[in-house]
Amino acid sequence: MSRLRIDQAIIAKLVDERSRVLDLGCGDGLLLEYLFQHKQVQGFGVEISHAGVHACIARGLPVYHGDIDQGLSDHQDGSFDYVILSLTLQAVRRPEFVLQEMLRVGKRSIVSFPNFGYWRIRTRLAFGGRMPRSVLLPDSWYETPNAHLCTILDFQDLCNTMQIRILRQIPLAAGGGLPSGLISQGLSRWLVPRSAANLLAPIAVFLLERGEP
Amino acid sequence: MEIPSPPPAQSVGVVQTQFVELFNTGKRLLLDCGATLGPVRVAYETYGRLNPEASNAILLCHALSGTAHAAGRHDPNDPKTTGWWDLCVGPGKPFDTDRFFVICSNNLGGCDGTTGPSSIDPASERPYGLTFPMITIADMARLQKALVDHLGVRRLLAVAGGSMGGMLALQWALDYPDSLAAAIIIASTPRLSAQNIAFNAVARQAIMADPHFNGGNYYDKERPRKGLALARMMAHITYLSEKGLHDKFGRRLQDREKLSFGFENDFAVESYLHYQGSSFVKKFDANTYLYITKAMDYFDPFPDPRTTAERLAAVTAKMMVMSFDTDWRFDTSRSKELVKILNWHAKKVTFEEFPSPHGHDAFLLYQPLYQQSLASFLNRLYLEQVGGLVAAPVETDERVDGIV
Repeated sequence: MSRLRIDQAIIAKLVDERSRVLDLGCGDGLLLEYLFQHKQVQGFGVEISHAGVHACIARGLPVYHGDIDQGLSDHQDGSFDYVILSLTLQAVRRPEFVLQEMLRVGKRSIVSFPNFGYWRIRTRLAFGGRMPRSVLLPDSWYETPNAHLCTILDFQDLCNTMQIRILRQIPLAAGGGLPSGLISQGLSRWLVPRSAANLLAPIAVFLLERGEP
Repeated sequence: MEIPSPPPAQSVGVVQTQFVELFNTGKRLLLDCGATLGPVRVAYETYGRLNPEASNAILLCHALSGTAHAAGRHDPNDPKTTGWWDLCVGPGKPFDTDRFFVICSNNLGGCDGTTGPSSIDPASERPYGLTFPMITIADMARLQKALVDHLGVRRLLAVAGGSMGGMLALQWALDYPDSLAAAIIIASTPRLSAQNIAFNAVARQAIMADPHFNGGNYYDKERPRKGLALARMMAHITYLSEKGLHDKFGRRLQDREKLSFGFENDFAVESYLHYQGSSFVKKFDANTYLYITKAMDYFDPFPDPRTTAERLAAVTAKMMVMSFDTDWRFDTSRSKELVKILNWHAKKVTFEEFPSPHGHDAFLLYQPLYQQSLASFLNRLYLEQVGGLVAAPVETDERVDGIV
């Protein structure tokens, strides 16, 4: 038995049944498998690593071995109901381009990312003086795949600039890769007040839609 | 790039090619060109055992110069008699003969035992030569379907092949959607490009320009060996990558210390190509080369985007599309072109590109990621279709209801 990360569990809730889904940077395919099993979705994942692709194949999931930074030109406008980018935005080379492409091929997009404005990260940098590392950001600065870390406020600004409509924003108090013990500690620990989200949430999930030009 | 050698694995052992005569009871094989053929002889081999439900059969499709002999050996003491895909077919290999019943037949128009231009035309009692009707990839698939029916298999687990074999696998998915669960399309393309056709055209011209070609009537005379060898030499260059060829031969001289300042084989690569050409003509028929390359040129299952949806409407097979990064005969973009068409029409497609120094030939060679992927796909297919899949539900915490 495998269990979804907390941001994946939120994303799974946001996806309607029987919709057509594109999961960018789908990794080992866990979220996609859940969506196939429980939401009867159609669609496939995109993954750059052979290990991830092989894990998806072993789960019987359709997967495309490719680089999402190359764009989604293989897909027509609006051909998916949801385009998902879970904990991957920070690792793409061109986040603005990827977001634009996601909202072109998808009617809606769901993005989750680690919030660099989280207080623990701020204090580690402020008082430790070194690049912060955490459960969500485990790698040293010189070997991390993360190229574009941002805060919740930064992300909101980008959506504003790109005229992206934010339909939902769900800042979470618990990070990804949670030990199950934390999950059982109850919901109150997961949600943070919107006003303090940029300080209190290590991770956030956004449901997006293309705004009017 | 250093590629490790494959793990030692078992062989299917000594095998024999079998023959069956189909379309011999009045009903003839109808071809796309309008002509009919009958009777039609098919050379084929099988490995592994068909289960009682006949649900574990896989059809392998060979490429341009392949044969029905995919695995094992014809002569136990002669490694040169090893099948063309022995690396992937056998106990414990991706096409695991402990689980699967594997079928491979020589294609229609071939020269390894299946009816082709070198066969005797029952009407004239002479070899067909160029009176053999023009055939297509769909015609080849039609004959394969008749063989599969003859073997008592109503639905194949998979149809798999590389290069032209991949075109056949795709053709199966389109023409017999209810007769296969998956199509595995490797180093292939949904259509030949102008460059691909150009290479085929030059190969055919080389054959037809041979003074011994004689309009295809050469079976009781000297054969057009030089033309066929030349066609093969040129094609062979396109099967390898520039780097692969250079790494293998570089500018090394052949059996000499200095340049000859003449037109002998100075370089090792020249000698190698001559060997490839001369060994090919011993086992291959020039007319078959003409017919099969033409069939590839004609292959174009999606000629008009407006009719593609209709063409794909009944297709339910899982598609596995694989390519190699140094293949320039059918490069990765050709596989992606197919994947794009299939994805636009919401088919179940998996695509993976593998690193290899070996160009187009890579699909026949060892590359651990490639074999792992193939094994994993086939294993999943077996569990889903034949049985044994243990449900491993993915769980979530329903209390996220409170949040969303």
